[in-house]
Amino acid sequence: MREIKVTAITDAIKEMAMEINFSLSEDMKAALKTAWQQERSDLGKQILEILDENMEIAGNEKIPICQDTGMAVVFLEIGQEVLFTGGNLEEAVNEGVRRGYTEGYLRKSVVSDPLVRENTKDNTPAVIHYQIVPGENVKITLAPKGFGSENMSRVYMLKPADGEEGVIEAVVDAVRLAGPNACPPVVVGVGIGGTFEKCALLSKKALTREVGSHNEKEHIRKLEDEIFRRLNALEIGPAGLGGSVTCLGVNIETYPTHIAGLPVAVNICCHVNRHISRVI
Amino acid sequence: MNKIITTPLTEETIKELHTGDMVRITGIIYSARDAAHKKLVELIDKGEELPFDLNGNVIYYLGPTPAREGQVIGSAGPTTSSRMDKYTPVLLSLGLKGMIGKGRRSPEVIETIKKEKAVYFAAVGGAGALLSKRIKQSKVIAFDELGTEAVREMYVEDFPAIVAIDIYGNDIYQRD
Repeated sequence: MREIKVTAITDAIKEMAMEINFSLSEDMKAALKTAWQQERSDLGKQILEILDENMEIAGNEKIPICQDTGMAVVFLEIGQEVLFTGGNLEEAVNEGVRRGYTEGYLRKSVVSDPLVRENTKDNTPAVIHYQIVPGENVKITLAPKGFGSENMSRVYMLKPADGEEGVIEAVVDAVRLAGPNACPPVVVGVGIGGTFEKCALLSKKALTREVGSHNEKEHIRKLEDEIFRRLNALEIGPAGLGGSVTCLGVNIETYPTHIAGLPVAVNICCHVNRHISRVI
Repeated sequence: MNKIITTPLTEETIKELHTGDMVRITGIIYSARDAAHKKLVELIDKGEELPFDLNGNVIYYLGPTPAREGQVIGSAGPTTSSRMDKYTPVLLSLGLKGMIGKGRRSPEVIETIKKEKAVYFAAVGGAGALLSKRIKQSKVIAFDELGTEAVREMYVEDFPAIVAIDIYGNDIYQRD
């Protein structure tokens, strides 16, 4: 049994929220650099240069990379030997979001009720996904999600007979329909299998995996490569103004599913794909 | 290469703008996004006065991050324009001449842009830190209770954008 004070969770989330909104992770920086090298359109290259300059200003002056500093999505992988003390874990997470978004001058983008729509003024609550795992550590992953691209995400309940080609077509369809609205070049998280809600969760989790990394399963790895190729053939380009770089990476996560189904979720993220992890 | 334009927009200026033109905008523009659009149209429906004159003016679809001490405004890039499509035709019919945002517009908005002789500009999404530098003054003039969604009167200098839809009905996002 290991005791962890919930204030440690609050502090970590506060710091992570600020850090990731001012500076992207190394995998994203590398992906944008590669994109610039590969872009063939002059206008596309110019847009990528603007994004690069933007990133520079954001990091140096602590101005958020994008004004949509997102809804805070938090993945907590909690070791089953952990005992939380000193308060309520969920409140501790939200306190971290509250402090990070207030002290970091980040945007408060959350409304308390989806229909009444009153701003909560501190960006809480977070969307929290808990997972109990072996061990005595807590891994926190924070992924503040912007809604320009979230709004263009989709779930497809395919038939088993649709197979691999059906999956490819679903992802290509989602990105094509998203077009310029999702702020391309995009990162695409794909969840395949499970149930309706499981595949959506997998697709979100896939976005937190390093861009440039691959799924361990060989056939999924090949599928990632094939979808990546097909998405860039769409020529949506940077900012949707045409070009050879539409997609920076495709991350797929899978889960066993039912004999009757092939659920596929496509979670699209703009080039400001923020994800940051810390182990306590 | 960049066309320099000033606000408010005149018919002469708008006539010369063609889809794909890179522009630099200088002058007063107004921020308004989802919640502010809803309120503006409610005021119009009730026949009440709007917080700013639409005539010849430009709306920027923006909800910035808060300014730190010494800053004019926080991160200030465009939001997705299509969410405002429902409210846009009535604003255009009342004299609004320009919109700055990102992404596609509905066929109805494109038609109204042609009919009312207005223009839709796209700014680079996700470049909010860089774009904030071109906003030299900003003050909330209405709906303060909406926080980031309040209406701001802003003075911009050399604000970079690209003409996305012109009065001739050309749309930069329709390339097929």
